[in-house]
Amino acid sequence: MNKFTEAKVISNEKLKEDIFLISIETAFAQQPKPGQFYILRTNERFDPLLGRPFSIFDAEENKLKFLYRIKGKGTSLISKLKENAQISITGPLGRGYPSPEGDFIVIAGGIGLASVYYLLRKFPQRAYLFYGVRNREEVLFYESLRDLSKELCVATECGSVGYQGLVTEVFKERGLRLNLPIYACGPMVMIKELDKIIEERENKCFVAVEERMACGIGACLGCVIETKNGMQRVCTEGPVFELRELKL
Amino acid sequence: MKPKLEVKLGNLTFKNPVLTASGTFGYGLEYSPFIDLNLLGGIVVKGLSLNPKQGNPTPRIYETPCGMINSIGLQNIGYEAFAREKLPFLRRFNTNIIVNFFGENLDEYLEMATRLEQTDGVHALEMNVSCPNKKSEWRRMGINPQLLREAVKEVRKQVRKPLIVKLSPQVTDIAEMAKICEEEGADAVSLINTIPAMVIDIKTRRSFLGTPTGGLSGPAIRPVAVRAVWEVAGVVKIPIVGMGGIMTAEDALQFIIAGATFVAVGTANFINPRATIELIEGIEKFLVAEEIRDINELIGTFRQ
Repeated sequence: MNKFTEAKVISNEKLKEDIFLISIETAFAQQPKPGQFYILRTNERFDPLLGRPFSIFDAEENKLKFLYRIKGKGTSLISKLKENAQISITGPLGRGYPSPEGDFIVIAGGIGLASVYYLLRKFPQRAYLFYGVRNREEVLFYESLRDLSKELCVATECGSVGYQGLVTEVFKERGLRLNLPIYACGPMVMIKELDKIIEERENKCFVAVEERMACGIGACLGCVIETKNGMQRVCTEGPVFELRELKL
Repeated sequence: MKPKLEVKLGNLTFKNPVLTASGTFGYGLEYSPFIDLNLLGGIVVKGLSLNPKQGNPTPRIYETPCGMINSIGLQNIGYEAFAREKLPFLRRFNTNIIVNFFGENLDEYLEMATRLEQTDGVHALEMNVSCPNKKSEWRRMGINPQLLREAVKEVRKQVRKPLIVKLSPQVTDIAEMAKICEEEGADAVSLINTIPAMVIDIKTRRSFLGTPTGGLSGPAIRPVAVRAVWEVAGVVKIPIVGMGGIMTAEDALQFIIAGATFVAVGTANFINPRATIELIEGIEKFLVAEEIRDINELIGTFRQ
């Protein structure tokens, strides 16, 4: 009964032009799993009407952190929240990443980092992390990522830092042969490319996907994605799916 | 003294007038982690058809000022799976279960009505007159008075349980449609369904949804819905289930004063999973403050 609760904003930090990290506090301890999400609502007004779903970025007892990019009206309003502001949250929701048994591979594209950071924190020094962004300025949490991963490989499209190229290309060259389970989150183009790369392989591959969402708890059927088992709800059967199950 | 919240539909008693709107409450179990379902007047479950239905392509929702447009396309698990997998759970609760249903043509409406009539644990039926089959003449039953009359007449013959007909606002005179339902033996009408609506991405010139149009819901449509309830209340004697953008008890009370015996909570469930419960508490508080002993004394008391 306590999945729907009030929370207080501790901080809401602007990390880059349009990327923010919000920390909130609830009255009781939260126990999300990596890959799960919460819906955040700024209250009282009905425009925008719906809350916004965010992957859990980090959690510690009754504190939660979410990394997000301003995309429209909803995220823009959230970015303006000040310390001590009250919001309501629903969560943790959805099915997260299965716990990796040994070493594993993580592929994060851009803001997709938001979904996998907590996985790295929960299973430190076990992941070969491939992190792709457009340029040096977009690299976030470099030191922490270096410490949390077994091996960090940054790829930038322009080559201003790390490897030049798409993160999927770098992964194909350096990570595929490791033959470890893959955990990935990033833009749809990245997921599609990854799907092609692993086509002939046997690595398990778990991806977290995004879709516009209303209720977040499986009732409205608004956030479905097409899979080999028919339309599945991103909020309930997902947001983490086995990549080969998806019809991309 | 606690005011009386009980209301009736045919010979079925509801502990309070608050229902869930079909399509926004899944099959009930989705909300059981958030609220005690026993407290609800009734649960109207997701629109059901004879066979499972995959629904519309994505994206299926788009937010608009104080509202949202959905294009779910009546995705549902079909009658058999509902009766086998969902109903046993729902039967554990002390509340009325109302099944919203539709068909691809009139024969399917009748088949669904017959089956639901015979299904234990289903207390009442809500007939969705928005037939989704673009190839069937019956697709117009929600907007054509003659087709509506025939459809309700035929469905009524199959059903002894309370029958509610859910009306579309996409008509010239919704009161006339409600009157037809009453004449053909419906026990209640529910209104309004979502308002057909459209959103265009000007760069691609395509819909923001997977289909060209969808249904608008949320607070944006509430004043339209209150007006429709008031118009219908002027011409029918059967109970009205009022819905459309109800977020708070104050919203619900507007519908009741306009003439609704029941209110249904839809889109608000997405924003606040406890909305139904807060509504029941708020209505009760209002009655106490206004010294109204029985909710039935408030229904249709709009003053001109």
